[in-house]
Parts: sequence; structure tokens; C-alpha cells
Amino acid sequence: MNTVDRNMSLTGESSNAISNQQKISSFIGLAGLAILVLAFFNTNFPNKTLWLSMSLGLITAGTIWFSKASYAHKHKGIKNDRVFFNSISGRGFWGWILGIFVTGFYVVLYFFPEYMGLVKDGSNGGVIALFDPLSKALSGNPASQWFVYGTLYTIAILAFGIKFIWKYRHNRYEIIRTVSVMFFQTAFAFLIPEIMARLNGKLPYYDLKNIWPLNYYNFERYRVNSFIDAGDVGMGMLIFGVVSIFVISPVLTYFYGKRWYCSWVCGCGGLAETAGDSFRQLSDKSLSAWKIERWVVHSVVVFVTLMTIAVIYSYLGNDTSKYWLTKDVFLIGSAAIMTLVFVLVMVFKRDQLQKDAKYGAIGYFVIILALIGFHYLSGEGNVFLFKSETLRKTYAFLIGAVFSGVIGVGFYPIFGSRVWCRFGCPMAAILGFQQRLFSRFRITTNGGQCISCGNCSTYCEMGIDVRAYAQKGENIVRSSCVGCGICSAVCPRGVLKLENGPLKGRIDSNQVLLGNDVDLMDLVNQK
Amino acid sequence: MENIIIIGNGIAGVTAARHIRKLSDKRIIIVSAETDHFFSRTALMYVYMGHMNFEHIKPYEDWFWDKNKIELVRAYVNQVDTDKKELILENSRVLQYDKLIIATGSKPNKFGWPGQDLHGVQGLYSKQDLDLLEVNAPNKEICKRAVIVGGGLIGIELAEMLRSRDIPVTFLVREKNFWDGVLPDGESKMINEHIREHHIDLKLDTNLVEIIADENGRASAVITDKGETIPCNLVGITPGVSPNINFLKDSGLELGRGVKVNRFLETNISDVYAIGDCAEQHEPIGNRRPIEAVWYTGRMMGETLAQTICGNRIQYKPGHWFNSAKFFDIEYQTYGWVFSNRSKKDVEKHFHWRHSKEKICITVAYHKASREFLGINTFGIRMRHEVMDQWLTEKKDVDFVMRHLQKANFDPEFYKKYEKEIFNSFQGQLTPA
Repeated sequence: MNTVDRNMSLTGESSNAISNQQKISSFIGLAGLAILVLAFFNTNFPNKTLWLSMSLGLITAGTIWFSKASYAHKHKGIKNDRVFFNSISGRGFWGWILGIFVTGFYVVLYFFPEYMGLVKDGSNGGVIALFDPLSKALSGNPASQWFVYGTLYTIAILAFGIKFIWKYRHNRYEIIRTVSVMFFQTAFAFLIPEIMARLNGKLPYYDLKNIWPLNYYNFERYRVNSFIDAGDVGMGMLIFGVVSIFVISPVLTYFYGKRWYCSWVCGCGGLAETAGDSFRQLSDKSLSAWKIERWVVHSVVVFVTLMTIAVIYSYLGNDTSKYWLTKDVFLIGSAAIMTLVFVLVMVFKRDQLQKDAKYGAIGYFVIILALIGFHYLSGEGNVFLFKSETLRKTYAFLIGAVFSGVIGVGFYPIFGSRVWCRFGCPMAAILGFQQRLFSRFRITTNGGQCISCGNCSTYCEMGIDVRAYAQKGENIVRSSCVGCGICSAVCPRGVLKLENGPLKGRIDSNQVLLGNDVDLMDLVNQK
Repeated sequence: MENIIIIGNGIAGVTAARHIRKLSDKRIIIVSAETDHFFSRTALMYVYMGHMNFEHIKPYEDWFWDKNKIELVRAYVNQVDTDKKELILENSRVLQYDKLIIATGSKPNKFGWPGQDLHGVQGLYSKQDLDLLEVNAPNKEICKRAVIVGGGLIGIELAEMLRSRDIPVTFLVREKNFWDGVLPDGESKMINEHIREHHIDLKLDTNLVEIIADENGRASAVITDKGETIPCNLVGITPGVSPNINFLKDSGLELGRGVKVNRFLETNISDVYAIGDCAEQHEPIGNRRPIEAVWYTGRMMGETLAQTICGNRIQYKPGHWFNSAKFFDIEYQTYGWVFSNRSKKDVEKHFHWRHSKEKICITVAYHKASREFLGINTFGIRMRHEVMDQWLTEKKDVDFVMRHLQKANFDPEFYKKYEKEIFNSFQGQLTPA
């Protein structure tokens, strides 16, 4: 649903700048969208393959043509003229309308799929039926609301990815990164799972790049069972799921920072960077927003960790003779891993955590206490007094649906494009924790060249006040940074560079601004 | 408790205030007539262009000042009485100081052109100028053409701003090439081309003679020394700036073009200091001008003076010169000294390289005899300040610099590298074929 052509500006200066080509291309994109809306309201299209192709084709063509009309004739460089005057990108009337429309779509998608035409034990109607031919061609099965969503999502990333590349065509980092997210979305999230379903019907739908805790459901009983039932391939995938948490992701994050995932691979990130690019400047940069962010996102981590442990715990057995992984082994193992991480951080990185260490310790002890609680207070299928299923459903509803979908994407035009990644994503929080403490990645500040203009902070989708560091000559090492590279791109003075380098001197908290007398620099650095 | 008053809330004054607060608990009052809060002056252009709102160009959130006990007074200072150690504000309010820091910045130059005070004629320096521009040139319907007079950094910024709203621009530049009093000719000429690429009617070697009014007293056209009359609705006057010190005329402070200061940034009257654009050194420091109207020097003076005010009297000793700017889509950085063809001395030799297609070029200046590296200008390539600073300090020779240029590259990852091509070109010039 993010393929809405967001570029009709009816108010402000920008209306002057809309060319005829842009008007026509907007109309084409909206016409494609209109077919979907008609299908939604149960218009029965006779030749579904034709009409679906037309709809998706028009949306894609309209968006690409609009991009061409917007950027092709202009000299390559930063294209942020009139961003804040534009009704859609400047949180104006059309921004709100778009936000309400997309939010509505997500509410229907998650909670009322029957309105999209989903029929239990029968053939689909409405907009879902329109997608049946494509779904059958790929996996052999009729479409579901998730197939409709996945298709539109992929088209959004592809079409707006092309727009993004056009916009930043002077910047090879942005081009390569965008090709990467377009590839991972199309291949890993969209095509491969459908094809796998065709090859091996027992396999659960698995987007291999989706790592726990982002796919919080990966280790639920039914999935683990179907992995095991699917034989070697399934076991391989299950093992890959575990390895990606404990090996692949820490290693890559050490070398490249969490950007390898968040802005190069991840689907949520992919949508934010492409369809969401027009809204990146709307993120809140205030100190209070940062405080809220840290509490909320880390609470989600604690929540998802407990929920996952509870769910797995609930279906494990007690009998060691049947299977080595019993309830108690699992609990002790989980506690041991977390204790190991906690001790390592406290021993080696205590000084870098400063007062955050206290909060980290609180989070850690909450989890350990809860684990002990599981052991003593839980019965079969229960965790404390709740069913683990209740915990899982609550998480799926609050975090999986409301936060990541309805608020995360629906509110793009209001809160910016990375609300979910910043405030809600437990995966981003875990990678960020490592990025802050054990990674070679940083954004280097170039000596004394900063003029405090604020472009970097304004266009930071994660709401990092980049300028606050740059104007002091400090490097930027923040757990939330997804490494999109836009701060460096929009900087008019060449101050910022994303790079990987040795850990020594990475967090440069000296207030050294080059260009000064050296004696003064020494004085200023005395604390 | 000592009472420090700072006139002006720009980068110089605010930096001084911040560092005084770090070092002491003195009472600090900042007086400004321009805005309630500090903003980045160099970013005003982005507000008009819609890249940012005014809120975004404030480097500190509004609670910052209260939290750090820096008092803000919004008022115009009419007069400074250095005997009584008082400021008399516009509303007749009086503020007393123990130490006074003058950091009032600049005002746009005007050279007595006929018609320069008409409606629709303006400079671009202050927040008020920005607000005025929104009145004079909100869009291309009201402002059908703008003429900009003065080919410097503010002139080209104003041109870029107006073009972002599709307003046709004629740009009158007195020099033979854009900014060629500062840039070597190769670079100036490349910027000429780029200005024209952005559909600006660039008129080089052309002076303003007169601005003509319509029946309402608004500017309606300009006449150039080439005899051309150019109808327009806005005349942007941007031939540089000069210190904003009129209110100090009868204060007893020694004034030149700016407030005269020694190397300690002290004026002729004790407990009164001047920093930033409005300060004028008795003797220029090295190759620097006696008045440096640059963001970075304002900041450095603020840092230096804070030490002096807090009991550690030290000289203003700027390190190696550096600066940067952006001309439309082309970023410019400079480290050390690269003089223009007009002002360079005989001993300064230049190596110039320009990309065959892209708008990318560099100029390296070195000493003809000793081959010492003197400075570098880059256009479209970012350089690492730290490395350049070190090479200048270590007085590396130009051959070393050219051989190791890639070490100083600061372009984003995956960008094309040109150092090899540059080095080959440099070698080629050394050994004439």
C-alpha cells in the first residue's frame, strides 16, 4: 500500500513546481491503485491476470515516470528543495490524508482480512482474488492477504528504489545500498519463500534474511515441528536460524556495523529507505525523544526475549532420556548465555556505558528473575499464571501488528520513516547494542569543518542529533544509527564519512576542533 | 560573581559563552537584537529553499540556555558606556557588566549605488534579511526576475536560493571570473560553467551603475556599466560584508573597519573584548586578513577568549587555514594557502587538475624552490582535515603529498577515486615531453 503516488502537492509553493509530466505520471500511478481499490470493493474483474498486471504495471510505471520527471533533467546532487513546503513531505494536509489511508490499510490487513476478500475454506473474493493468478504461478496456491501485502510491499521497494537511485545518482554508496535492499526484498522475502513452498509443501514460509527477534515467531512449536518434518532442508533452515543469531549477525556487525542489516538487507529498512525516503526528515530529534526511544526499544527486547523463552519452554519436555533439550536445560542455557554477555560487557566496556550500565543491569536481572520464576511457578503450558500462548498473542498483537505495521508504516507521513526501527525493533536494539560496544563502524567527523547547519540531523531518519557530535569534532557512534549514509550525503561541507576502522580512538570524545592552536586544544580537552 | 555580557548571539559569542560556562560559574548574559536563540547563519539559505525549517537550524534546543544558566536578552544595544561599564539598550534599559565581549558580526556592504535603499533591494545576512526575502521574492509570479550584484559566497548562495523557487536570476560579477580574487582561474572558470548549468544569466566583468524605481518606490530594473537595462523585482546586494559596529562610534573604543584588538582579543579599553567578524587585528596573523568573517575563526576566537576571561590569558593563535563552501552541487574545501592568480606571489607554484567530464578539480600550491606543500583546493573531492593539517605542520613537500593523496581522501565509500589519475598528471607536468 506504500505505492501510493505521494507526490501530488496541492498546497504551498510546490504546486508551482509540478510539471505536466509529473501530473500525468501521478495520474497513471493512481489509476493503477484505483484498480486495487475497485477490487477491494468487490468489483469482479473478468480477466484477473490482465487487470492485476495492469494495476501493478501502472503503479510501477507511474512511480518511475514521476521519478524521471522529477530528477532526470536536473543536475545531479542533493534534491531537497521545497521538502518542507510540500504538503505530503512537510506533514501538511495530504500528509495526514496519506497517513490515515495507509493506517487504515494496515488495520484491515492485520485485523479484518475478510474485507480484503479472504474466505476461509473457500475461494477468495475481493482484492485477494485479483492476486490469485500471480500466487498460483509462483507457489501453486491461491493468494492470501499476506501475499497481496508482500507483492505490494515488493513493488513499493522496487519502484521507489528506482526513484531513490535517481535522486541520489551522484552517490555510489546510496546506489549500491539501494540495489542491495531491492535484491533482498525481491529474492529473499518474496520469490524464494514462494518457490520453496512449491518445492516442499511442508516447509513453513521462511524469509531467510529475517532473523530472530525480528521474526519473533520463528521458534514457535508449529514452525519447529514443520522444520523438522520437512527433513534435511528444514533442519538446515532451523540451524541457519540459530546460527544467524549467534554467529553471522555478530560477526557482520563487528566488521560493518548494524548497517549491513538495517539499511542493506532488512525489509522494514528497505521500505523506509525507498518509499519512506520522502518522510525521513520528520523524525523527532529532541533529547526527550531519545530518552523515550531507549526505554521503549529496550523494553521490547526484554519482552520478546521473555516471550520467546516462555514459548519454547512451554513445548519442551522434562524427560532427558527422550531429548537432550529439556525445560531445565533450556532455562539454564538461556540464563548462561545472558550472564556471559552481561559479565563481558561489565568487565570490558563498563566505562563506555556510563550511566546506561545501570539500566542494562536492570534489564538483565529482570530477565534472570523471570527465568527463575518460570522454573518454580510455571506448570505445563503456563508461564506464571498466563498461558505462554497469551504472552505470544499479546506480543504479536502489540508489537508485531500494531507497532511495526499500523504505527511503523502507517505513520510515515507524521513521525518519519523509521519509527518502528527506532522505537520498536528488538533486532535493531540488539544489533545497536553491539554496534555501540563491539564494532568497527563509526561516522567520522572531519576535523573542524562543521558549520552546524543541521542538514545531517534533519535528514537523519533515526532522529539522531548528528550535528551535536559533528560540531564538537566528535565521531558519531550511536547504537541506533542504521548507516543509511544520508547525513554524509546532505552535508554541504564534507564533514561526515561512514567508515569501518580500528576500535582504538573510535569514540573520540575529545572536543578537538582542528584549525586551532595546539596549546588551546590541549586546554580545551582538559576536563 | 563576575558579570559577563556578550553582545551578539552568533557563533563567536555563543562559543565564548559555552566555554566560559564550562570553565566557571560566572554570570553570563547574551544580548541580541536578531533572534531569541542562536542559529546557524550559514544555514539560513536552506530555510528559504525548504530543506529545513528555522527550528532545524538552531544547534541547541531552547531549554539548553536555561539549563546552562546562560541568560538571553532580546534587545538592540544603542550605546556602550565604557566608563560606567554599562550598556544602554533600545528601550532605555541599562545593563552593567564586569567584562564585555563584542561579537556583533557583520552587515552587508553597500557602495553608494543610486537606488540602493529602494524597496526590493536587500542583502542577505540576518534572519531579518531572510524574512524580507520571503516578502520580496516568495515565488516566480511576484518576483519575475532577480538581479544579484557581487560575485562572492553570499551572491552564489542567494542565486541558488532563488533558483530553488524557479525565479530567473541575473548575476552581475565585477571580476573576470566568479570569485577569482580568491580562487585560481581554473577553478573560477569551472564554477562559471556550473553557475550557467543552473540556468543563471551570469554576467562577468559587469558592474552595477544604478537601480531604477517604479512609481511606488520599488526597484524595477538595474542599469549596468555595459549600458544594459535589466528589468527585475529584486536586487540582491552581496558584495561582501563589513563589521557591524556603528553603535560603538562614541564608546571610546579604537575602531578601524572593525573593533581593533590585539592578539589577546583585547580592545584598547580594559575588560572589553571583540571576537568574530567584527574584530580587526592590529597586525594580520600570517597570511590571514586582519578581519576574518568566517564561521570557523569566529568559533576559535570564542574558544580562545573564554580561556582569557576565565583567568588563563592566552593569545589567539589560529592553526593552519582551512575553509569550505558549496557552489550549487559542487563542494569546495581548502587547507593551507592557495592564492588566486591575481594575488599569488612568484614563489607560489600551482598544479591544477580537472576531470575531463565531471565538475571535479584540484589545485595544489607549493613553493617553487623548496617544493614545500603550501595548500590545496579541492572541488568535488572531500579531504581529511586531520591528514592535511598534519602534512602542513610537518611541512611535507609537494611530491610526498601527491604520492599519498589517497590517504587524505574523505569521500563516501565506493566513490570513484581519482588520485592515480591526478598523480599521473602531476608526473607528466614535471617531466615535459
